[in-house]
Amino acid sequence: MSPNELSSYLIIGAILFSLGLFTVLTRRNAISVLMGVELILNSANVNYVAFSHFGSGNADGQIYAIFVIMLAAAEAAVGLAIVLAIFQLFHTIDVEAAETLRE
Amino acid sequence: MSVSTAVFYLIALITVVSAGMVAFSRNIIYSAFSLLGTFMGVAGLYVFLGADFVAAVQLLIYVGGILVLILFAVMLTHRITDVQITNRASGRIPALIVVGVFIYLLIEAITETPWVKAKEVVYAATTAKIGDLFLYTYLLPFELASLVLLAALIGAVVLSRKEIKE
Repeated sequence: MSPNELSSYLIIGAILFSLGLFTVLTRRNAISVLMGVELILNSANVNYVAFSHFGSGNADGQIYAIFVIMLAAAEAAVGLAIVLAIFQLFHTIDVEAAETLRE
Repeated sequence: MSVSTAVFYLIALITVVSAGMVAFSRNIIYSAFSLLGTFMGVAGLYVFLGADFVAAVQLLIYVGGILVLILFAVMLTHRITDVQITNRASGRIPALIVVGVFIYLLIEAITETPWVKAKEVVYAATTAKIGDLFLYTYLLPFELASLVLLAALIGAVVLSRKEIKE
């Protein structure tokens, strides 16, 4: 582990991904599930930027990271709007309680 | 150990510990605020990787946008006066086993693979390069991104407005 090694960044990315996966798998609260998705997207971004820095040396990986950040913003806006709509309908955001598609 | 190495360890520690708080905390408010540490730590890692523009974008969009949005959603869907704002979790043991096996495989793959490395690692300002790439090589995805953001904006407005029943 040192700041000048590719593998240390990849390991941090792997740990972030695993924690995000754990959050998505275990949480019953829809907002927490979205937080887990954000962790996973961040881990992918760390890998993109790390490969861009150590591997190719050009900025293509950073472009992809910016696209991922953009999609994460869109996902958060739509996801949280859906969560608020579910909350108005069911008065809970437990993902197991909200199991019907329509009233 | 030089100062930059120590700072790197500190940033890595902050990132991983706050991500762990997000995954394991019993209180959703704590989870949401630990996400701040993760996002800032990842921005620090970008600085170490020489990606100044991505680090700034990370701070602006993740910390300034997404985190605030998540905090708003938490506040809107929970009563603050509740004694405990719980963040229930279920099936922890099977999930721990799956994730443990997964991270073992990932770290094994990362340490065993002989990664191709660039001849020399450069630290230069990347903003001009990224701007060039966006306006030449990645022009079509760049324009599509604006379309996706517009669709997301309209979708969020449509989803969150109150339905008027006849």
